[in-house]
Amino acid sequence: MTEPVLAIRDLVVEFDTPDGVVHAVDGVSYEVYEGETLGVVGESGSGKSVTVMSALGLIQMPPGRIVRGEAVYKGRNIIGLPIDELRKIRNKEIAMIFQDPMTSLNPVYTVGDQIAEALHAHDEKLSDNEGRAKTISLLELVGVPNPNRRFDQYPHEYSGGMRQRAMIAMAMANKPSVLIADEPTTALDVTIQAQVLEVMKVAAEETGAATIMITHDLGVVAEMADRIAVMYGGKVVETGTVEEIYHSPRHPYTLGLMMSLPRITGEMKRLLPIPGNPPSLINRPPGCSFHPRCRMSEGRELCRTVVPELISGSETHPSACHFRDEVADEVLREAAATGIAAHGGRID
Amino acid sequence: MGTFIARRMLYSIPVIVAASFLVFFGMSLVTDPLSQLRLIPNLSQETLQNIIDRKHLDDPIIVQYGFWVKDMIFNQFGTTAVGDQPIWPDLQRAIGNTLQLVLISEAIAVVLAVILGVLSAKKQYSFFDYTTTTISFFGFSVPIFWFALVLQALATTFFLRTGIRLVYTFGQSSPDATNVFLDRVQHMILPIVTLAYVNVATYSRYQRASMLDVLHSDYIRTARAKGLNERTVTMKHALRNAMIPIVTIAALNFGAVLGGAVITETIFAWPGMGKFFIDSLVRGEVYTLMAWLMVTAVAVIVANLAADIIYGWLDPRIRYD
Amino acid sequence: MTDQQVRADEALETDATRAALESVHLEGLEVKSLTQWQLARRKFFQHRLAMTALVILTFIFLAALFAEFVAPYPYDAPNVPDRSLPPTLEGFHIFGTDKIGRDYFSRTLYGTRTSLYVAFIVAGVSTVVGIIVGGIAGYYGGKVDNILMRVTDLFLTLPFLAILLVLSSFLGAGNPIRVAFILAFLLWTSLARIVRGEFLSLREKEFVEAAKVLGASDNRIIFRHILPNIAGPIIVNATLVVATAILIEAALSFLGFGIQPPFPALGKLISDGQDALTTQWWLATFPGLTIVLIALCINFIGDGLRDALDPKQRIK
Repeated sequence: MTEPVLAIRDLVVEFDTPDGVVHAVDGVSYEVYEGETLGVVGESGSGKSVTVMSALGLIQMPPGRIVRGEAVYKGRNIIGLPIDELRKIRNKEIAMIFQDPMTSLNPVYTVGDQIAEALHAHDEKLSDNEGRAKTISLLELVGVPNPNRRFDQYPHEYSGGMRQRAMIAMAMANKPSVLIADEPTTALDVTIQAQVLEVMKVAAEETGAATIMITHDLGVVAEMADRIAVMYGGKVVETGTVEEIYHSPRHPYTLGLMMSLPRITGEMKRLLPIPGNPPSLINRPPGCSFHPRCRMSEGRELCRTVVPELISGSETHPSACHFRDEVADEVLREAAATGIAAHGGRID
Repeated sequence: MGTFIARRMLYSIPVIVAASFLVFFGMSLVTDPLSQLRLIPNLSQETLQNIIDRKHLDDPIIVQYGFWVKDMIFNQFGTTAVGDQPIWPDLQRAIGNTLQLVLISEAIAVVLAVILGVLSAKKQYSFFDYTTTTISFFGFSVPIFWFALVLQALATTFFLRTGIRLVYTFGQSSPDATNVFLDRVQHMILPIVTLAYVNVATYSRYQRASMLDVLHSDYIRTARAKGLNERTVTMKHALRNAMIPIVTIAALNFGAVLGGAVITETIFAWPGMGKFFIDSLVRGEVYTLMAWLMVTAVAVIVANLAADIIYGWLDPRIRYD
Repeated sequence: MTDQQVRADEALETDATRAALESVHLEGLEVKSLTQWQLARRKFFQHRLAMTALVILTFIFLAALFAEFVAPYPYDAPNVPDRSLPPTLEGFHIFGTDKIGRDYFSRTLYGTRTSLYVAFIVAGVSTVVGIIVGGIAGYYGGKVDNILMRVTDLFLTLPFLAILLVLSSFLGAGNPIRVAFILAFLLWTSLARIVRGEFLSLREKEFVEAAKVLGASDNRIIFRHILPNIAGPIIVNATLVVATAILIEAALSFLGFGIQPPFPALGKLISDGQDALTTQWWLATFPGLTIVLIALCINFIGDGLRDALDPKQRIK
């Protein structure tokens, strides 16, 4: 097996707040390989954004704190690097695209300037003209019409979709090896979403980068990702290919997610949301953090006391559940209740 | 940009007209020149009649307003009621003197406030931050006149104890000064410090809040994610956005600053508009007061216009107004 | 549906409800949420400076209110043998005496009472006027808003202190109530702007539309829906107005145009001591320090209130 381009290993990040210590990231591990797209899925507060931001040193410390863990980029741990080294990695090796294009661009400078800035920051010898030319071709690549004129315009003169394209251009500028998109389409209209996702695919192709797509939108993930890591309560609870996750989930939470998706095909009797609320990251439930909401944990001491490990290694489809092999049965039960078609333990 | 300025200037005209209404009719409501004049002892009937003629005091109020406006525009505000002295020369000199104080102190206040605000924001919760916060709170809790007095007392005591004349506590210049420039500076220091102190306190709080807001914004996160160094992030990306509110506040505060000048000049006996105002008020010279009010109104309008222009220069979002 | 399926259905349903109910009681879930006001109160009490300031201010307030009982001497009682004394414990002249022997602690106390009296009237009147003007402008918008805002702008254009001086000079101040109204006449503008801003933004919010759809009258919407939401900024601004009023009132009486004898005034006390700055420093210092202390306390309280009430000021 080849080495991953970026591997997060047992990352633990905490925040000190007046209400207590928030355990935002609680032992997260996943990898992304060259050329593939890893979808990181989870609710708000599951720790998906904090994980990648910590890797790049973008969280405020204090009140944040990286307790332990590594982010290994091309064999080198970038957590704890001095800021000068880290800056060389940002955007040039690992680039990020953020959620809200409305506020992610500085309103007082032109879009072109801001993209070119990313180029100049990592290449001192680049002339102004070269920077401009490169930026314009980037804008063209991401599908911004009339890039020559658009270079000199300000963010407020761009539409939401165009702004996100500009952000993608900015991320692609230095041909990074890893592209991290943090909820890139959440703030956009559905029709624009599709366009932006297309642009992201182009970006990944052009740069040959490994992509991490962070989202809570299961539709987006199905479209874009090769593999998926499901996060809950600051931990990764299951990883697998798209096929595995969507059709043969091995964790009750993932199952819950899949069951809660309304389907167009087939006959649906009712929606089955996951009962309860996301866990408090300050007062975490003992044992498995999902157990308060998990049907399978009823009457089981183990769930309440011991934290399940995400065992990978030889397993290609690891799950952090004590009773991971029983999930297939649960699939059948819930499928029967909701009317979602399922055959042989596999959701259709 | 040009049309923007032209349009704003055009818009200012009705405001000035409205201000003139307010000034004149407001003044008419609170004073009655005739009865006031009659109170002056030793005023001969002839002089009184002369004043009434000159100022059209027996005409309806609208007509008086008309004549006053005419005087204002064509005759440099005309003359005082009693004594028929031209108003403008003294007023003009007073304006010059006050501008010296106010412009310098505002400039110092803004610069200091920006520095303090930015540093406080960057080092939030540090010792520096808490110290500046405390000093700021003192700054806007201290009455200007009392602060001026304290400064005066300290300077005088220092001089009495050491015999060294560091600064002057009265007036604009000394008659026997050898280095006129230095002498002027020595006279200006205390009034400027007084005027600047309160404003530094207020502005730096705003600047700190604004800077904190900006530093937590998404585009700063983007800038860092691009790999820019902290200095570029602060000075290039954050600062320009954070300074926008200060500009507005400093300009809108102009009226208050002039008010502060009234008090400061009185205490330090600086021959500026403040002192001019108090003197006219004490003597009850209505026409001088009205001229003063109009000049100040225009000054405030100009300051607001300047603020809008600078704002438009700093923030491209509002250029296409 | 077969029997089996129906039973599976029911089982699932009760399971789900049970799980849901259970989850509320298990640990690992959020703390019970407080109402907005309870949250604000708790936050305010946590602000130590504001609490200290509140205590000090209450103390001063009570002392001034009961000045007749607290002050060792009346306001205007010359006592020539004890003249020009620096602060001393003898005869309780803790702030010293002036040229004709009047005890400055008592004078300061009475002066403080007047200042607080004026300041609260100013805050009250200007708040009411500000809410009315700002509310009408913000709620009805359009032309009404335009006109009212131009008027407010006009008030802001003319130099504040100068107008005050003119008004008090010609209308004859001297009496605290008059001064209070003159001050309120000019200080309502900041409140009007804030109220207007809040009304404008809240007007568009869904809960107002919902109320309208339910048939609520304009009045009801204003009083029951909008006002409680803007109470926060109003209270914060009102405290600032109190502080400003105290400072300006002192300036006016210092210059001789505000409150005048026989009414006690802190500014006047300071101006009385102006000539003897270096010799009898206590005359100008203590009244001044009192003003500073009161203003500081009010500002800290205002800061605490802002922390507690104004969501935009939260530290991230």
